[in-house]
Amino acid sequence: MKEKTFENLKSADDKYRGYEFRAMEDKKVIEVLKILEDNARITVEEISEMTGYSKEEIKKIIRSKEEDGTILKYKALIDWEKVGEEMVYAIIDVRVTLTREKGYDDIAKRIAKYPEVHAVRLISGDYDFQVVVKGKSLKDVAFFVAEKISTIPEVRDTFTHFVLRTYKEEGVLLFRDEEDRRLAFVP
Amino acid sequence: MSRRISERVNSIRPSGIRRFFDLITGRRDVISLGVGEPDFQVPWRIRDEMIYSLERGYTSYTSNKGLKELREAIAEYYRKFGVDTSSENVIVTTGVSEGIDIALRSILNTGDTVLIPEPAYVSYKPLAFLAGGEVVTVSTAPDFRLNYDRLIRYAREFCPKVIVINYPNNPTGITYSKKELEEIADIAVEFDMIVISDEIYAELTYSGRHISIASLNGMEDRTIVLNGFSKAFAMTGLRIGYAIAPDDIIEAMLKIHQYCMLCAPIVSQIGAIEALKNCEEELERIRAVYIRRRNFFVKRLRKMFEVIMPEGAFYAFPSIRNTGLSSEDFAERLLIEKRVAVIPGNAFGDCGEGYVRCSYALDIERLKEALDRIEDFVKSVQ
Repeated sequence: MKEKTFENLKSADDKYRGYEFRAMEDKKVIEVLKILEDNARITVEEISEMTGYSKEEIKKIIRSKEEDGTILKYKALIDWEKVGEEMVYAIIDVRVTLTREKGYDDIAKRIAKYPEVHAVRLISGDYDFQVVVKGKSLKDVAFFVAEKISTIPEVRDTFTHFVLRTYKEEGVLLFRDEEDRRLAFVP
Repeated sequence: MSRRISERVNSIRPSGIRRFFDLITGRRDVISLGVGEPDFQVPWRIRDEMIYSLERGYTSYTSNKGLKELREAIAEYYRKFGVDTSSENVIVTTGVSEGIDIALRSILNTGDTVLIPEPAYVSYKPLAFLAGGEVVTVSTAPDFRLNYDRLIRYAREFCPKVIVINYPNNPTGITYSKKELEEIADIAVEFDMIVISDEIYAELTYSGRHISIASLNGMEDRTIVLNGFSKAFAMTGLRIGYAIAPDDIIEAMLKIHQYCMLCAPIVSQIGAIEALKNCEEELERIRAVYIRRRNFFVKRLRKMFEVIMPEGAFYAFPSIRNTGLSSEDFAERLLIEKRVAVIPGNAFGDCGEGYVRCSYALDIERLKEALDRIEDFVKSVQ
């Protein structure tokens, strides 16, 4: 028997059902991705219990989304300040001059490949890129910018902001000032 | 029992849950599935509006009915449910609790019968009694749906003036289908009953969309809709709700409201405007989280008990009969032995005996821990 995939559905009726089928599949994929985005350590079994989808379905979704690069990585969000590890973050605004040979993508890739660089974004406004650099000390970061970023021929100028404290990261608050004050019994 | 207290009040039984509070005082590490409110905080944009309003000095009374802008937003919101109403038919109340009280007081004469399907939220019965009504309860067990034949039998026998319904239901999590609501509507029309419809969990409906009974043919003129901001927007302590009713009833309710409450807190009213206008996305997110928790929680519960899949609110109502314990014994022993708090089902009416109400308004990690403890407990009992 042929596997039931969208492409195998031929008649108009089947096609229509196919669209529904595909919309349903998309909905499932999004639901699974949302759950993983919130908690990457959750097990397939738990996702299955939360959604009602079968474990096989979920495994298949996760595998295919890992393979096609939709799921980039599973990582932990860490408040390094708590560890006492000195970590310096700086946000560098970078203005560039474009040439026929070098467009935004070329310059961005060049900057992004440094392991010191945490994030690179093309932005609107006075500057072209926002680059987040991670280093061990102010000096470290300052020298990295001076030596590696400012010296890129297309870079016209940079503006460095050192991060003094982070209050929210990736949608997670880094402070806690609200507690559960609910009564234990409320009918 | 003090002789200074009115006989009427003296004859109200104190809540059975109260003693459970004593059992947990001083106990740490209790996971409470007994909570009747969301674990989400009030969305920040609502809180921000309220803070801002305080800064600008919004601390006065409002008109008795409530801020016009809020009443208009409420009327518009209910028009989306197909209820053809206007801001003139809305009173802003200090929570649904007040709404129930003034609704009952405005329509009941001494001796009028109030029909209450049970299990039901705990305040309908005493408030109906305080308003001079005779309460007749009708059990919905074991499927917790409104059974047409049973209802019509009760309607014939007791000629109730009013029926109080609540869906999605606390404590069962059941919500009524259009067909069921139409059946209630038919009975209401046939027996000339008023329907008090407590729709506080409407936004927490998980399969399909909430249907207000007031939107059904012929019901608008005989329905008092009660709703509020406590459950969907977690504004429990801000005490803010509303009633929508036909002209004569809303006027009557207003008479009581203006003397006993004057108006709902203005800051809460301002927060409520923001809730109705700008929080649809937030609600979407919250609903998705509750659905995941419900699926997870009920699936695990079903390994131990019979549970009907809740269709709304944030409660599951498992039958604990297989443990051989009464609802209260189960709740008490679970609390003492495993430090998990649930509400005994008989708190919601006699037919709730054999059940307990568990709230899943907790994050998955806590739910998991609670379920593990319940599992241990069930094993130790058997």
